[in-house]
Amino acid sequence: MQGNSIGFWILAALCIAAAVQVVANRNPVRSALALVGVMCCLSVFYFAQGAEFVGAVQVIVYAGAIMVLFLFVIMLLNLGAPNPMMDRVGLSKPVALLASAVLLGSLAFAGALKIAPGRAVKSPVSGTVQQIGYALFDPGRPWLFAFELTSVLLLVGVVGAVVLAQRRSD
Amino acid sequence: MDPITATHYIGLSAILFAIGAVGVGIKRNPIVIFMCIELMLNAANLALVAMGKHLGSISGQMMAIFVMAVAAAEVAIGLGIIVSIFRSRETIDIDEVNLLKL
Repeated sequence: MQGNSIGFWILAALCIAAAVQVVANRNPVRSALALVGVMCCLSVFYFAQGAEFVGAVQVIVYAGAIMVLFLFVIMLLNLGAPNPMMDRVGLSKPVALLASAVLLGSLAFAGALKIAPGRAVKSPVSGTVQQIGYALFDPGRPWLFAFELTSVLLLVGVVGAVVLAQRRSD
Repeated sequence: MDPITATHYIGLSAILFAIGAVGVGIKRNPIVIFMCIELMLNAANLALVAMGKHLGSISGQMMAIFVMAVAAAEVAIGLGIIVSIFRSRETIDIDEVNLLKL
């Protein structure tokens, strides 16, 4: 448990540093690479909590597919150069920082309130592909219908992306 | 050092969510704003998985998987919209693209 907790603190520091880089860096390509770092750290956290399938999907879908899409669009629109689009100026920066600080405080407060230490369940829940599959396709649970809806959503997403990005012939 | 509990993961998740919210507030590049939204979705996922483990239920992981699927669809549509806006206006600066503003 000792090694576990040291690993957690190191990874959490890395994760927060990378997340700050996503926001602070002026170059969108570097923001994207920092976001890949955040996602890899989160994947390790998922594995550490026994959610193997979610951790693997995190790397494959987020760090693989979604970030490649981001980098592809950045390069397609030629935004990789040091960014001419500066951040917002004037009042919006302190307002955003203040609002986020309030948000962080309330989230942390709600989290600390909701997690009563006595409620922790000792039986570990495993997130292997087998367990996820049994839960997903169990007719007695709500996930099967959501799964079918998600397939329709992804189909609509694919068709919508093609329609949006096609060249108008006029 | 204390063992790592769900509280630690929830705290980390709250910090990541707040950093993403700052980015959405101060950035003018819509692609970076999208990345910050992804960061916030990831923070929510971390909270879901941590609470699922804390309560001994697999439901947290199931919800995280559905969030990932919806995020994938959202990114495909959103980047399609950005490419389309860039084609018609030659800029994607979020302050210049104000067609829907009253």
